[in-house]
Amino acid sequence: MNARTKPANTRTRLYAVFAVLGLASSALVVRAVDLQVVRKDFYQEQGDARYLRDIDIPVSRGTIFDRNGEPLAVSTPVESIWANPMELLEHADRIGELARAAGLDEESLKERLVERSDKEFYYIKRHLNPDDAQAILGLGIPGVSSQREFRRYYPSGEVIAHVLGFTNIDDAGQEGLELAFDSWLAGEKGIKRVIRDRLGHEVENVELVREARPGKDLTISIDRRIQYLAYRELKAALAEHHASSGSMVILDVPTGEILAMVNQPSFNPNARGNVDPAYRRNRAATDVVEPGSTMKAFTISAALESGKWKPHTPIDTSPGTYTLYGHTISDVHNKGMIDVTGVITYSSNVGAAKIAATLGRDEMYDVFHRFGFGEVTGCGFPGESPGNLPIAKNWGPVEQATIAYGYGLSVTPLQLAQGYAALANDGRLRPPTFVKGGQAKDRAVIDPQIATTLRGMLETVVHPPGGGIKAAITNYRVAGKTGTSRTAIGGGYQKKYISLFAGMVPATAPRLVGVVVIHDPQGAYYGALVSAPVFSKVMDGALRLLDVPPDDVQNWYTASPDSGHTVRMARQAPDGAQVEPDYAEGVPE
Amino acid sequence: MIDELFHEWRHRLMSMWRKPRLDLPLLGALLLLMGIGLATLYSASDLDRSQVISQALRFMLGLLLMTVIARVPPLTLRNWTPWLYAASVVLLVIVVIHGEGRGANRWLDLRIVRFQPSELLKLTMPMMIAWYLNGRPLPPGWITLGAAGALIAVPAALIAKQPDLGTALLIVASGAFGIFLSGLAWWRIGALLAAFAGVVPVAWHFLHDYQKNRVLTLLDPEADPLGNGWHIIQSKIAVGSGGLWGKGWHHGTQSRLEFLPEHTTDFIFSVFAEEWGLVGVLLLLALYIFIIARCLWIAAEAKDTYARLLAGAISMSLFVYVMVNGGMITGMLPVVGVPLPLVSYGGTSAVSLLAGFGVLMSIHAHRKVLAN
Repeated sequence: MNARTKPANTRTRLYAVFAVLGLASSALVVRAVDLQVVRKDFYQEQGDARYLRDIDIPVSRGTIFDRNGEPLAVSTPVESIWANPMELLEHADRIGELARAAGLDEESLKERLVERSDKEFYYIKRHLNPDDAQAILGLGIPGVSSQREFRRYYPSGEVIAHVLGFTNIDDAGQEGLELAFDSWLAGEKGIKRVIRDRLGHEVENVELVREARPGKDLTISIDRRIQYLAYRELKAALAEHHASSGSMVILDVPTGEILAMVNQPSFNPNARGNVDPAYRRNRAATDVVEPGSTMKAFTISAALESGKWKPHTPIDTSPGTYTLYGHTISDVHNKGMIDVTGVITYSSNVGAAKIAATLGRDEMYDVFHRFGFGEVTGCGFPGESPGNLPIAKNWGPVEQATIAYGYGLSVTPLQLAQGYAALANDGRLRPPTFVKGGQAKDRAVIDPQIATTLRGMLETVVHPPGGGIKAAITNYRVAGKTGTSRTAIGGGYQKKYISLFAGMVPATAPRLVGVVVIHDPQGAYYGALVSAPVFSKVMDGALRLLDVPPDDVQNWYTASPDSGHTVRMARQAPDGAQVEPDYAEGVPE
Repeated sequence: MIDELFHEWRHRLMSMWRKPRLDLPLLGALLLLMGIGLATLYSASDLDRSQVISQALRFMLGLLLMTVIARVPPLTLRNWTPWLYAASVVLLVIVVIHGEGRGANRWLDLRIVRFQPSELLKLTMPMMIAWYLNGRPLPPGWITLGAAGALIAVPAALIAKQPDLGTALLIVASGAFGIFLSGLAWWRIGALLAAFAGVVPVAWHFLHDYQKNRVLTLLDPEADPLGNGWHIIQSKIAVGSGGLWGKGWHHGTQSRLEFLPEHTTDFIFSVFAEEWGLVGVLLLLALYIFIIARCLWIAAEAKDTYARLLAGAISMSLFVYVMVNGGMITGMLPVVGVPLPLVSYGGTSAVSLLAGFGVLMSIHAHRKVLAN
């Protein structure tokens, strides 16, 4: 029985096997067709995605130069060490070696690598100098590579830190001109398409997708020498008066170019670390102050434009106070009968208030607004403040009176400089610029005759018996205005002061405008005593650096290099005039 | 005496030369397959000549062994069977005690050659089952089945312990094919399958985590694309991106850029599919089907139980290798580590496969002798 059934049985079994073979092969064929024909596109795309990579070609950021071609911000090539965690972890025994070479903690490095074990890229250490990077690469640890990057370096350090701003570790502008001109400076990274293997190694360069466009250089309007001078003098003044902060702006009158812009406190942009953000503010453009008496120049401009007042129109300021709707405005000294020029010379709040009372509020607002107050200057500095000029219909008689001598509105030091530059430029306002040769279109804001008249009035401030004698400069005629205001905090005023000086030189044909603002000086706090000397020293140097011809060689005696001596001289002046610091009192409490 | 021996061996060699007893259609197909294998290996190894040469040398050794075995009458093979089986099991035990390999102890280093004893079982296991069933009343009853089961279980357990579950299952399959061909009643097969289905959940608990993961990964490879799903996804991409005509020899990016793991061994079929496309896959599959069909035909033609069962089991095992490997690289089956016969890089596998073909050729050549 066995003999008969066995072969037949086995044959049947073999046929069954043939059938299964056929079925299984068919299944495999169907699957292969599915993968290789039906879903081919999907898998080809997936395959390409796995080996074709678009990678960046780093470009260096443009250099920032000062107006004389001195480098202010330069990019230097550095190497950043990175690892492919996947590959490096396959050689975990060498992580310790790597950690020691890079000066990192082995355990935490290992931990971070394990966290990123499914990634292909992790920075071990960034921005190393090429030698240090080579020392690490030289260990030949699998999965460790370097990448060319650029590090920003600022040779002038904190002297110009606020204006330039800085970049982050990825070379993107974060603040200041680095931010404002980021797309100009940054250029455009190139992109190349490469074939990479599983571990991210470049095997082959396929094509250049986009040409690298290196960043363009930028020449800014700042003169590094003047900037340094301003920095040094401002810092010294803050130390001398134990003041908390300060700013100085210097404009080139014909072009509106910003030649210097310094602030205190400052910071070192090359080692920012944990710098207090307050130290990084470019106060000259972003912070506002009440301008105090420096504003009187514009009030008088409005008065002259109205035709109701002439420079010698008399005005009675006695008894040194003026009460308006129960609000008393007072002068430091009762000057009695003075003229409009005297309001500037002696900085009379009463005079300014009385003049304002005769002007329409729209008229006055219009003049202030034309001089650029209440609006950003257009210099393009990131975070620039427009200040605050209340709209005219909100002015009551008291507000109008206080605004006339610089309270109840706020301005940035840069705006103040812009306004004075318009007076210096025969009534034509040219918005300031940070770019050399980037002068903006100017516009007429006041009659040229009025501007000339104002300059004459402002000159009296710097001569006895004016209050701003300390702003005087040997061999040059100076026109300017002092100012002192109380710090406004939470709607009220406290016993903290801001000392200001705004002025122009040479007064006969102004070339430079400078504004000095010092916050919270201890002891003497009048603008005439704190800020005016800074103006004098810095502008003196700047005029010489720029070779500006002197316009006052005869009166060289008015000031000596020792400004303290100047004051004594002025006090002993034959006509008995005193240094009369302006002091705006009677402000709304 | 020595003279006599000399004459006898000279006679044998001469007759081997004159009547090689090789099955020419099968030999031709195998040579073609080995040629394809070497060409694919050359590409997959990124033009590493030394790998190709060492593989070619193993093919030579295997072909020599095949020629010799083809001359040995099946009766002699049958007599040697228990010894061969015992020897391979002993080698397995040695491997378990001190073997070497990546992640698992699969290799035995004999100084001159390193090889995987588990690969030997792919041949000696069906031989042993055929030998055992040859002496038993057929179709087999429960007792025969139990004894055969024990013969299968011992080496399978040793291999599973290495641990190499994939190979263990293939060894079990090669033994089971012998039993199946012996005419085991369908109801007994049904009962065994039912019992197996009951055991699976229990066995699941004894699987290593990586083995569980392999099965789970098959169900949803995208769930862990960088870990366990990596092999399957990369392989599917390789196969799929090959398209109809393929990317051309040595133009497969998946393997060349090292995305594809094990691209000279278990996943060499993916490389082939990527470079030769669907057309290449179909031709290679046709070649395999021809070889398997030829082997099954030899099995059907065999005249005694031992030869028939052995030839059938070897053919079916070959068929399973091809299908499992093909299923694996196309993502239909778990990653079990089965080489593609005569294409994947690997010496022991090539040599034992060729030895197996030698057995088949011997059976074919001696079918008329046995019939008498």
